[in-house]
Amino acid sequence: MAVKLPIYMDYHATTPVDPRVVEAMLPYFTEHFGNAASRNHPFGWEAEEAVDTARKQVADLIGANAKEIVFTSGATESDNLAIKGVAEMYREKGNHIITCVTEHKAVIDTCKRLEKDGYRVTYLPVQKDGLISLDDLRNAITDKTILISIMAANNEIGVIQPIAEIGAIAKEKGILFHTDGVQAVGKVPFNVNELKVDLVAMSAHKMYGPKGVGALYVRRRNPRVLLAPIIDGGGHERGMRSGTLNVPGIVGFGKAAELCRLEMEADTKRLSALRDRLDKKLHEGLDEIYINGSTEHRLPHNLNISFAYVEGESLLMGINDVAVSSGSACTSASLEPSYVLKALGAGDDLAHSSIRFGLGRWSTAEEVDYVANKLINVVTRLREMSPLYELAKEGVDLSTMQWEVH
Amino acid sequence: MAYSNKVIDHYENPRNVGSLPKEDPNVGTGLVGAPECGDVMKLQVKVNPATGVIDDAKFKTFGCGSAIASSSLATEWLKGKTVDEALAIKNTDIVAELSLPPVKIHCSVLAEDAIKAAISDYKKKQGVTGKTADTHAQPTA
Repeated sequence: MAVKLPIYMDYHATTPVDPRVVEAMLPYFTEHFGNAASRNHPFGWEAEEAVDTARKQVADLIGANAKEIVFTSGATESDNLAIKGVAEMYREKGNHIITCVTEHKAVIDTCKRLEKDGYRVTYLPVQKDGLISLDDLRNAITDKTILISIMAANNEIGVIQPIAEIGAIAKEKGILFHTDGVQAVGKVPFNVNELKVDLVAMSAHKMYGPKGVGALYVRRRNPRVLLAPIIDGGGHERGMRSGTLNVPGIVGFGKAAELCRLEMEADTKRLSALRDRLDKKLHEGLDEIYINGSTEHRLPHNLNISFAYVEGESLLMGINDVAVSSGSACTSASLEPSYVLKALGAGDDLAHSSIRFGLGRWSTAEEVDYVANKLINVVTRLREMSPLYELAKEGVDLSTMQWEVH
Repeated sequence: MAYSNKVIDHYENPRNVGSLPKEDPNVGTGLVGAPECGDVMKLQVKVNPATGVIDDAKFKTFGCGSAIASSSLATEWLKGKTVDEALAIKNTDIVAELSLPPVKIHCSVLAEDAIKAAISDYKKKQGVTGKTADTHAQPTA
């Protein structure tokens, strides 16, 4: 079967909206267009009822109560609300926050802003496999620590942090625990009570829902988490997030969450098989390729590989009918390669040589085979013109060479 | 990022990829850049000792498409030029020819550095080994 080009293999960046989700959303643009806050007419009631259903669907996906779901504009807002909201509300208790170096910018930059306001932030390092050390976490905790914010799964390397263990430590020490669940929720089993998390940021568009809608799980019991809002106004979402609710978006999010919950097991099985197929084919066709991050604690649909001696952007240019991401600096406006890959300590050269593959609901075996074959050809061709490959084959240790760093 | 057609052409059909024998006294080798910066260029020239004209030029580049195109173009331009003419090639000439965007200007700078490094290596060899060294010259690959 011929594959349809271009191939989308960047499902960590965003996902297409599932047609079943679109179908659920459509009536809420035109027919049921009411404002969910209009309490005195049926238009408002219909909208409110739809939001309530969606709230339950999202809550069910993570084992929460519907009252614990606060809808937002997306996970960046959710991360901001969780971290800034706790920081302000618990300021008298302490001013110390613990996070980690491989977090999404929505967490890191929020923490950096709080540092300017007098908070102290510890950025835990990660080990070679991309996971934090629980000993490091314990050692970082002080009597001023009010929040631990560690992502569930990493958006670049797909590694899954020991959330349950972190939750247990946080609980034992009486510290609130926030997790950026964007890449994990809907993809792998996630239960807020089993994991002992107090706050979870989620995004609809990473789980086949629409863009522009997300949620924050805020624990109501044991302990009851209080947040200072960052958006003031009409007091929507129990005062935590003012602003007229995006009813069609929320309905879509709810439907997407329900589909993820019902189809997770089958999706996981299928996608991990496809991912392993891609990995196997690449390893059979090429030497000196390295998987970044733990292979054991990893999302089923993620593969992040460094192709030694080949630069990421030139690699992307050679596979321009395939949508993937590279950790190389050249693909972004910054001059630094991926800070996540750098944090693994593998060396900047391997960070420049990395490709992130994100598989998803519509990925096929034919696509995987096409991508693997194409990559093998391009990497082989680029290595033939790589001075680093030539030096390495001559037995030169590249790490001991004197480079003129410009 | 959108590439110019010329960059794409050099990327897809790079000119003069390969290596010249670096021990040859008539071959100058320049290796510039660093792996951690995401680009390394190796550029070699083979000079005819009788005429001082560059007979052959080869490159190998680890880097983005613009870096590959810059070095590929440099080897094309080098062939047939005298050593002094080669030193007159400016990075801005490469930028203009390949229509490089501002973020890719460093690729052209690297290519100019590679030309200068290769010629400097050639001159050093000539200074050290003298003009009689061409008895060791190897045929062009």
